[in-house]
Amino acid sequence: MIDVHPFVIFIASIFTSNMIFSNFLGMCSFIAVSKEIPTAIGLGVAVTMVLSFTTVLNYIVYWNILVPFGLEYLMYIVFILVIAAFVQLLEMVMERYLSNLYYALGIFLPLITVNCAILGVSLFMVARQYDFLQTFMFSVGSGIGWALAITAMAGIRSKLNENSIPEGLRGAPITLIITGIMALAFIGFSGMVQIQ
Amino acid sequence: MSTILTTTLIISAITSILAAILTAADRTVGNYGEVKLTINNEKTYTVEGGTSLLSTLRNEKIFIPSACGGKGSCGYCKVVVTEGGGPVLATELPLLTNEELAKNMRLSCQCKLKQDIKIEIPEELFNVKEYASTVVKMEKVTPTIKYLRFDLGNEEINFRPGQYVQLKAPAYEGNDEEVYRAYSVASSVNDKHAIELLIGYTGGIATTYVHQHLNVGDNVHINGPYGDFYYHEDDNGPIILAGAGTGMAPILSILKYMAENNINRETIFFFGAKTMSDLFMLEQIKYFEEKLPAFKFIATLSREESPDWNGDRGRVPDSIIKHVENGENYSAYLCGSPAMIDSIIKSLEEKNISLNKIYYDKF
Repeated sequence: MIDVHPFVIFIASIFTSNMIFSNFLGMCSFIAVSKEIPTAIGLGVAVTMVLSFTTVLNYIVYWNILVPFGLEYLMYIVFILVIAAFVQLLEMVMERYLSNLYYALGIFLPLITVNCAILGVSLFMVARQYDFLQTFMFSVGSGIGWALAITAMAGIRSKLNENSIPEGLRGAPITLIITGIMALAFIGFSGMVQIQ
Repeated sequence: MSTILTTTLIISAITSILAAILTAADRTVGNYGEVKLTINNEKTYTVEGGTSLLSTLRNEKIFIPSACGGKGSCGYCKVVVTEGGGPVLATELPLLTNEELAKNMRLSCQCKLKQDIKIEIPEELFNVKEYASTVVKMEKVTPTIKYLRFDLGNEEINFRPGQYVQLKAPAYEGNDEEVYRAYSVASSVNDKHAIELLIGYTGGIATTYVHQHLNVGDNVHINGPYGDFYYHEDDNGPIILAGAGTGMAPILSILKYMAENNINRETIFFFGAKTMSDLFMLEQIKYFEEKLPAFKFIATLSREESPDWNGDRGRVPDSIIKHVENGENYSAYLCGSPAMIDSIIKSLEEKNISLNKIYYDKF
């Protein structure tokens, strides 16, 4: 176990180790859904929610089932199973009790199952040997960081509509270039805290 | 050995626990119990909640037209939901116009039954039935179009000349999807125990099934009739009929109806095709010409090079301009591709035919 204060991990996972700008994880939905701010916020909220719950669940499964039986190598399969089942469950509960939020998120919720940022956070949690509190702060922070990144990108892209961009760069290419520039900007935070 | 055992056991255990949790959730959280479905404020059904409106209605033997099978991509299954439909989903918005939204229209395949619900559907849809039919005749009338006759056994179909039915293409080798596709009925409305269709080969799921897998004697599920394209008993003025390829089907049904009831309105049938080999049903047309003295058939070929063809060349809209002098009092029935219909409507407007007397079926 490494000795970093959970709050430091929380801040670092939002800014210096942002899932998108420093790890480039969850790029597919980041590029596809960052066209408009409201949908971007919707997906950001959904990712944060799923991330916080699944990472904690995966922590429990990993340390209480996989490690005692010496089956750490199974973590990839087990993590994906847990994530898929949780998203399914969350969808059912939300459809019944939080139907407004359910309809607002629409198809994004099932899409999250295959978002690599979700699996990535669970794998980092293992690789960096976080304890429970650190894991929790790391997952919530990563979710907020991801939501922040996609919302910022959606803001920039909605402004881009009014500009003339060379045809070959429209859509995904310009988004990737902007992501790169934003990642450079986020390096500015790296002096603040460091977790890896 | 023991590693393999524990691995298998642990993975199975984790999977079973997750499956058990999901099943339990489905039984409790996902169980909406029985809900009341009221149609047109008259009929009330008590149905199982949690499934889509479209499939619930289908279980109750009420068939709403749907070509994509509930995927939310064709936009045919619109119904008016007056109460209990929940908010309109993002998946429906691209297929609903603002007018339709104002009328509380929804895509019945996307609208889930969660509470008591009230809907309104056109009366005609109660007339829609599903038929287990048998192919009794199949003939290639052009290189790409097949004429098919389906026997309905003891069942009877009541439709208006020009309406369409849906044919179910089951899964076959190379296609594991079951789809419904719409085809206009070519047979007479008095031919109540059979349906005739013209089906062109486009390489799609259903046309491939019909052209490469279907044989005489096979059973096919057909439901219908549907559609607001049909012959109108209006002012008995002159009529323009226009179509291309399989678009001839509803027009044949209309002509059969006119021939059987001796409706001798001045009628011109403009038919578009590429070459002489794409012309078909000419015997039938000849019969109409004998039976209805005021009926005229004009074929327009776009790619015929042979000098033997002394009919019109070019496009149907040009022929209409050429043969129709003043279109006031005319009504028009058009069946063909959207592009073709749009260009025909333009030339009809040029001839002063009023828009509300132009009926068409775009496919």
